[in-house]
Amino acid sequence: MRELTYTQALREALTEEMERDPNIILLGEDIGNYGGVFRVTEGLIHKFGDKRVKDTPISEAGFVGLSVGMAMTGKRPVAELMFMDFALVCADQIWNQAAKLRSMSGGRVQMPLMIRSQQGGGRGNGAQHSQSFETLFTHLPGFKVVLPATPADAKGLLKSALRDPNPVMFIEHKLLYNTKGDVPEGEHLVPLGKADVKRAGSDLTIVSYSRQLLFALEAAETLQKDHGISAEVVDLRCTVPMDIDTVIASLKKTHRLLITHESHAACGIGAEVAMRVMERAFDELDAPIMRVAGMDLPIHSAKSLEEQVLPQPPAIVAGALKLMKGG
Amino acid sequence: MYERMNLIRAFEEACVQLYMEKEIRGSLHPCVGQEATAVGACFAINPDDYMTCTYRGHGACIAKGIDVNAAMAEMLNRKTGISKGKGGSMHWTDPSIGLLGENAIVAGGVPIAAGAAFSAQLDGDGRVALTFFGDGAINQGAFHEALNLAQLWNLPLILLCENNLYAEMTPLAMSNPLKQIADRAKGYNMRSMVVDGNDVCAVYDTVKKAAKFARDGKGPTFIEAHTYRLLGHMIGDSETYRTKEEVAQWRQRDPIKRLAEHLIANEKLSQADLDAIHARVEAKIAGAVKFAKESPYPDPEEVHTDFWL
Repeated sequence: MRELTYTQALREALTEEMERDPNIILLGEDIGNYGGVFRVTEGLIHKFGDKRVKDTPISEAGFVGLSVGMAMTGKRPVAELMFMDFALVCADQIWNQAAKLRSMSGGRVQMPLMIRSQQGGGRGNGAQHSQSFETLFTHLPGFKVVLPATPADAKGLLKSALRDPNPVMFIEHKLLYNTKGDVPEGEHLVPLGKADVKRAGSDLTIVSYSRQLLFALEAAETLQKDHGISAEVVDLRCTVPMDIDTVIASLKKTHRLLITHESHAACGIGAEVAMRVMERAFDELDAPIMRVAGMDLPIHSAKSLEEQVLPQPPAIVAGALKLMKGG
Repeated sequence: MYERMNLIRAFEEACVQLYMEKEIRGSLHPCVGQEATAVGACFAINPDDYMTCTYRGHGACIAKGIDVNAAMAEMLNRKTGISKGKGGSMHWTDPSIGLLGENAIVAGGVPIAAGAAFSAQLDGDGRVALTFFGDGAINQGAFHEALNLAQLWNLPLILLCENNLYAEMTPLAMSNPLKQIADRAKGYNMRSMVVDGNDVCAVYDTVKKAAKFARDGKGPTFIEAHTYRLLGHMIGDSETYRTKEEVAQWRQRDPIKRLAEHLIANEKLSQADLDAIHARVEAKIAGAVKFAKESPYPDPEEVHTDFWL
């Protein structure tokens, strides 16, 4: 096994899948000649040509809309939104069209469309370039929602997602691109909708995903080292389909549950996980479920403010300590 | 073409009747009066060419060859409907005839058709895509973005604007500063044509030219077809935004009436010939209504099907 960055792992997955499936067509802003703002598609235009790696105008409703038509006519378009925030300028194409056309046609059309984007804060980009929208994609039915936290999962989930016949929202994180990890070579497939226990523990379960998972792991180390608390960390990996079985299996060991994500708390993934757990495993809970999530505020640019809005590892530690005292 | 136009008219009139009888749920946006644009355009392209249209798209779908039994069953939300009762009036879709859907979002079908045209270009299969939209659609952002990309990438796309003078209830002059909608194409460096949308032969000739242009690899064409919807925007429209005189004037230019006069005057058809066509159409629609009414509604357990694969 060799070590790759998250970016390299994504590029490897795209390359392998484009070699396998000639119908995969990439579309997006500056993804071809420039190589992508986050370098994920670097070099692909030279390998696959400008028909399969299509530079577009700054025109998300246009190229996502075209992708919908392409997906209905035999192609597997991968539309890249440079920043997740731009999903809102093509919301009709995403949610009224791509998400619904198969159902509204009584199954007469296929929609093997992927949108790739990166989201999240932590870089001082301000409120229009830092948002996280997995909750929107989870609330409105029609997309599978994939959020890899590690380079190995980035490759394995992207390869699986590029073989999935449904619309897929593949969500990267801008502060994960330079992270490194072991990545299997060749055919490495991680199934969609299967959570992964990233750290074993016995005292409480922490559920997270995407970059916040790294914060959860950091918090778990602190809890062990400074407080002697053993946290199990479950990486949800997908919010649609959502693997509650793995969460409940962990809860049956620990009987305490904390959910953390950087997206806004209100009506968020934490609330959804908590509800699903309560519906199925209320008796396993020895304490109320704890949520450590983004504040319901726009994301400020200044580091001192941004770190208030977006929960940092100490906030997870504090939440876990409170949870351990409760019940 | 005459028979197909009558089939559309009879279908829509049957729908209005069924709507009044509360057999049809949801919204109904009849295309009565706009049959010539639908039939002229669809007859000018090939059966395997792609098409998108609008919630006023029954005419275009029937012109493209949709099974009217399945279409009527969809209107009545039956299991045998073209979308198994899941789509209703505004979402007829049938890829087997190239129909990539009506669309309930104004201009929603325009980027989709451009995407289908892009697929055709990538495949090099000589197909074109035709998209119908109304004069209201030209003010939508998605319309603009699709036209820009279509011209930029030289896509084999035919953009057919059915200018019926009203965007829902708003007159054209209140929604757009252009005197001639086709002039909008200039902003994209796109070729445009203007046609009498109530003259089925003129529409046919115009779309035929645009299709050849597209198949020759020369890119998209914007066509403005002047037409008029003789009924309201939807059933229940009070139509306070237009006068009875205006509607009466356009009734004189009814495309079916005009074609009938042309066929008798120039094509040696008799009234008896036309009556025979009318009888065939009536029988077909009566059969479709019977088929739909006798079909079952979707089973409740079908709520989960046709969504995830």
